[in-house]
Amino acid sequence: MNFNKEFDASGMSCPLPIVKTKKALVDMESGQVLKVIATDCGAVKDMQAFADQTGNTLLSNTEEGGKYIFFMQKK
Amino acid sequence: MTTKKMAIIATKGTLDMAYPPFILASTAAALGYEVQIFFTFYGLQLLRKDLSDVMISPLANPAMPMPIPMPVMVQMLPGMESMATMMMKNKLKKHGVASLEELREMCLEMDVKFIACQMTVDLFEFDKKEFIEPVEYGGASMFFGFAGETDICLFV
Repeated sequence: MNFNKEFDASGMSCPLPIVKTKKALVDMESGQVLKVIATDCGAVKDMQAFADQTGNTLLSNTEEGGKYIFFMQKK
Repeated sequence: MTTKKMAIIATKGTLDMAYPPFILASTAAALGYEVQIFFTFYGLQLLRKDLSDVMISPLANPAMPMPIPMPVMVQMLPGMESMATMMMKNKLKKHGVASLEELREMCLEMDVKFIACQMTVDLFEFDKKEFIEPVEYGGASMFFGFAGETDICLFV
């Protein structure tokens, strides 16, 4: 999937993946896609909840070799 | 969509109890909430520039997981608090949990408002120069001005 920016949250625990995802989105434009990589399994539900509550769109959510990959499209 | 609001009253000054207010506040701010934390009594310790006095004690803290069972008589020996604090900080770091300083900084970056209870600042004779900025000073009624309008209000 194409993306405009990547943020690697590997090794980070709650709430860092969410808080830093929010920070990464700040200087992006509406419609652009942020790729987030996380190793915290709690991030799976948190990232969906983040999208639901902020109006950003979680385009996909996959796991690859113990890493969770998210594509978040900015509102 | 109207902005949601959350207020937290932080009353504890130990390492374990310092985390919830900052974790919840930074997360809520990331979700778009307007957040205020009212620091009172021992919670004021969390506003000091130097957080090295924010410690955890195994004493009278039976829920704290210890690598080996430790009798209370041992827990009260000098240096045990520093040791437990060091162990806890290492554990937090190993698990990728942010430091208190980092979480606090993120709260400020996301415009979480910190309010220090003026009465307890005076009571414990804190020097305001020891506190980070920006912090507002106020009383319970000032806090209620915001708390009364919130969607979530927590006492920690």
